[in-house]
Amino acid sequence: MSRSDVLVDADWVEARIGDPGVVIVEVDEDTSAYDKGHIPTAIKLDWKKDLQDPVRRDFVDKAGFETLLSERGISNDDTVVLYGGNNNWFAAYAYWYFRLYGHRNVKLLDGGRKKWELDARELTTDVPSRKPASYTATEQDSSLRSLRDEVVASIGKKNLVDVRSPDEFAGRLLAPAHLPQEQAQRAGHIPTARNVPWSKAANEDGTFRSDQELRELYEKDAGLDFAKDTIAYCRIGERSAHTWFVLHELLEQPNVKNYDGSWTEYGSLVGVPIELGDAR
Amino acid sequence: MSAEGCGAPAGGVPATAAAGDQAVVEGRVVRAGEPVTTGYARLLGTGDEFVAEVPLGEDGGFRFFAAPGAWTLRVIAPGGVRAERAVSADYGKVTKVDVTV
Repeated sequence: MSRSDVLVDADWVEARIGDPGVVIVEVDEDTSAYDKGHIPTAIKLDWKKDLQDPVRRDFVDKAGFETLLSERGISNDDTVVLYGGNNNWFAAYAYWYFRLYGHRNVKLLDGGRKKWELDARELTTDVPSRKPASYTATEQDSSLRSLRDEVVASIGKKNLVDVRSPDEFAGRLLAPAHLPQEQAQRAGHIPTARNVPWSKAANEDGTFRSDQELRELYEKDAGLDFAKDTIAYCRIGERSAHTWFVLHELLEQPNVKNYDGSWTEYGSLVGVPIELGDAR
Repeated sequence: MSAEGCGAPAGGVPATAAAGDQAVVEGRVVRAGEPVTTGYARLLGTGDEFVAEVPLGEDGGFRFFAAPGAWTLRVIAPGGVRAERAVSADYGKVTKVDVTV
């Protein structure tokens, strides 16, 4: 895998609109964005309704993922190109799912919906119909996902990367600043975590920074030791999926996991250590 | 808007709500008297530190729930449109910032 295998630009996507082996998928929390206009031939996935278990706090299981992709007409052999709003947060989260469930050929559109819009490229309200397919997922790849017990055991041992904003890291806010303050019972961060906000990995138009800039950001500026295992977290696991994508897919670091329970879980656990204050 | 999501509010931001105990920064982006509906509002801290971003709503509107303090609001839109305003936020207050581009 290299950058060109996992990340494509808008020209690449535009040239493949209508290609039968390429499925363009918009992933958003706000699915009204898709309804107002999307890349021609793109289908949509709803971050919450389609990708989350409706009862438990977990994401769809293997059978649920197979049903979802089959219904949407995605086959195992298709090249799936994901894009979305919020600088690709939810598209990166979906990308992580596709990798967890073993999809071979999945890519992110660099810059996502924002870059496409800022370029004033074509958007359509036409909703494509795709024939149902028969999708078979692999078992979840546990090497990509971290659960709470591993996170607690990793304090002071592995790289913990808190990708939220400095105000959330310090405990001054419980949520990003475009949302009401709600969620975890306690504010702060996991002790020994480094604060590298996801946004530092992205340019203003939502595209990723160069590999060299990214290496400097994590290794030099944040002091991450890539010889150690790394766990990224945020509030609910989608911003950290963006950082997971950077570390695991762009910088090709093998031992990087996303902790999708993130702060909404950790900050509500009883008895675990929490630190307050700005990054040191 | 999902209670759990980090995403943008569905369909942009609704009309003014009471601040409650929040530090709200909100406004509209207009061009020649018409709302700018394709574009983004970014809230930046000291040294251009990114804080948050929302797509503009159907009425050109945006809203942030910030920490108290001084911020920069930056608007970007197709065609290289770019505008900035200095704003301050405080708990229990709605800071209104309308931007003409």
